[in-house]
Amino acid sequence: MLAFIIRRVLQSVVVLLVVGLVAFSLFRFVGDPVDNLLGQERTIEDIDRVRSELGLDQPFPVQYFRFLQGVTQGNFGVSFRQGRPVADILAERAPATLELAAVSALFAIVLGITLGVYTAIRRDGWLSNFIMTSSLIGVSLPTFLIGILLIYVFAVELGWLPSFGRGETVQIGWWTTGLLTESGLKAIILPAITLGLYQMTLIMRLVRAEMLEVLRSDYVKFARARGLSQRSVYFRHALKNTLVPVITITGLQLGSIIAFAIITETVFQWPGVGLLFINSIQFVDIPVMASYLMLISVMFVVINLIVDLLYFAIDPRLSASRGGGH
Amino acid sequence: MDDVLLSVRDLVVQFPTRGGILTALDGISFDIKRGEVLGVVGESGAGKSMTGAAIIGLIEPPGRIAGGQIHLDGERIDNLSMDDMRAIRGRRIAMVFQDPLTSLNPLFTIAEQLVETIQTHMAVSAREARERSIALLDDVGIPAASRRIDDYPHQFSGGMRQRVVIALALAAEPDLVIADEPTTALDVSVQAQIIDVLKRLCSERGASVMLITHDMGVIAETADRVAVLYAGRLAEIGPVRDVIKDALHPYTHGLMGSIPTLAQEDDRLVQIPGSMPRLTDIPQGCAFNPRCDRVFDRCRIERPEPIPHGTRQVACWLYDEQQIKAAE
Repeated sequence: MLAFIIRRVLQSVVVLLVVGLVAFSLFRFVGDPVDNLLGQERTIEDIDRVRSELGLDQPFPVQYFRFLQGVTQGNFGVSFRQGRPVADILAERAPATLELAAVSALFAIVLGITLGVYTAIRRDGWLSNFIMTSSLIGVSLPTFLIGILLIYVFAVELGWLPSFGRGETVQIGWWTTGLLTESGLKAIILPAITLGLYQMTLIMRLVRAEMLEVLRSDYVKFARARGLSQRSVYFRHALKNTLVPVITITGLQLGSIIAFAIITETVFQWPGVGLLFINSIQFVDIPVMASYLMLISVMFVVINLIVDLLYFAIDPRLSASRGGGH
Repeated sequence: MDDVLLSVRDLVVQFPTRGGILTALDGISFDIKRGEVLGVVGESGAGKSMTGAAIIGLIEPPGRIAGGQIHLDGERIDNLSMDDMRAIRGRRIAMVFQDPLTSLNPLFTIAEQLVETIQTHMAVSAREARERSIALLDDVGIPAASRRIDDYPHQFSGGMRQRVVIALALAAEPDLVIADEPTTALDVSVQAQIIDVLKRLCSERGASVMLITHDMGVIAETADRVAVLYAGRLAEIGPVRDVIKDALHPYTHGLMGSIPTLAQEDDRLVQIPGSMPRLTDIPQGCAFNPRCDRVFDRCRIERPEPIPHGTRQVACWLYDEQQIKAAE
């Protein structure tokens, strides 16, 4: 078990190095940050001075190495645009994104599993068919369109919910939360649905397919033949087996919820790291972009590690084969 | 006949399909007495497993019981509600499936599965249920039962798992155990042990067994009576000794001829020509008539019903009284 974790952490470090390298080399092509920093009335001398100040005159491998050096010491560099440490800017923005992602994930998982199980048990009911058909909309509509539609219906036409921003926030230590104020809660509903709808329908369809498969299995037949209650057959014997493959996909989806937050945050002007990233691209703020990508990949890696560990918790066959005890 | 535990009368099971209604079981009748072992034999698709599924009320939809009655201890059970039937499953009728590797839920320990089954049917504490479980595992021959009970199914071999399955089936002390090819998926060396365990435990508990198999050897050693199914119909039923020694129905005769024996001098086994008809095109008259070596005109037109013949019943026109008279 411990060996497994160590191996996975080492693998993760390699993954992060590669992500950083790819990110850094892509940023060569987004434009010259000096253009934005100095404005129109710049001289050649100014440009050279700024370049050497920012280390942009160094060759690419040296820049990457310096960035990594900083990162390992917790120093993500200074934003070109804001002139402040990137770490501070990210820390300020991260709570908004994490709260949005957490609420969407909760929405996606709870509703996805519930509806998936329901549509599997009542396979041919009209409500199941209705849910399955409408889930196609969730799978096929692009996120920004869903966001705009929701804004149109609930903010513009009905006026029930705000169309942008985070509402009032409360400061708890360095963390700002919008979940404790009424306006904050209202503000998170539309973006959370927008962000989680695709994942929700995906989880639902996956749970349904797995559940139908499991319900056909011999051990479910045998459980029925022993007279166990419907509830136990469905929610104890079938659901646990259903969740094993569902966990992988769900874990990966959680990662992409954070990553896809960029689009939702843009549509709803949500003050999170996604919006920060979009703004940074416009200003070619390389330290912010690089740090954002590193942050997202760290989250992906951590979530995957947790998913793998969850496997061990839920499926006894894995720990036996790892431990070699037979 | 008050010692009859299970009585099946004119059982018809049908599956509606796109191409029309398939009749999987067509008018099957038999009894199982208390403490008796009834063997059910026939080729794949003859309706052996379907009969078991119908009795325990677990026919896969869209299949359904379209006719006939099933009585358990004089009480009709084929038309019970889901909840009433659930109370009978496991408690009064239990089932052992073919493949022990897939019959046990891989994510629960043996203890969890046994305790849940016992507590579903009996008002006992978790502690008591666990003690009963250990005793059951002991009975079915799991060594070090008190330690192995907390293991997961994958930690047992195939034969051991089938013992666990038998323990699960017997957990709530049922009156009837339907064993659907319980040894087919196992090594030959383990088959006899499993049959022994099943037979011994059921006779100790006075439970009847309906043993579904295509292995006539197992039937010969284990069963008291045997029912031969062909194409969803009952061909012959009677005491094992009589049926094996002197099969009446030409199909049964063919089945017996296909058992290899050491005494046999011929190097080829007797084989019944052709194969069992599909449910979609069962011939008119006797379902066996195209393959029968003693077929005559009546077999192609009229369908034979089981006729009493000594200790047995046989669905064959050869034994129709009129036919016998005409022959004289």
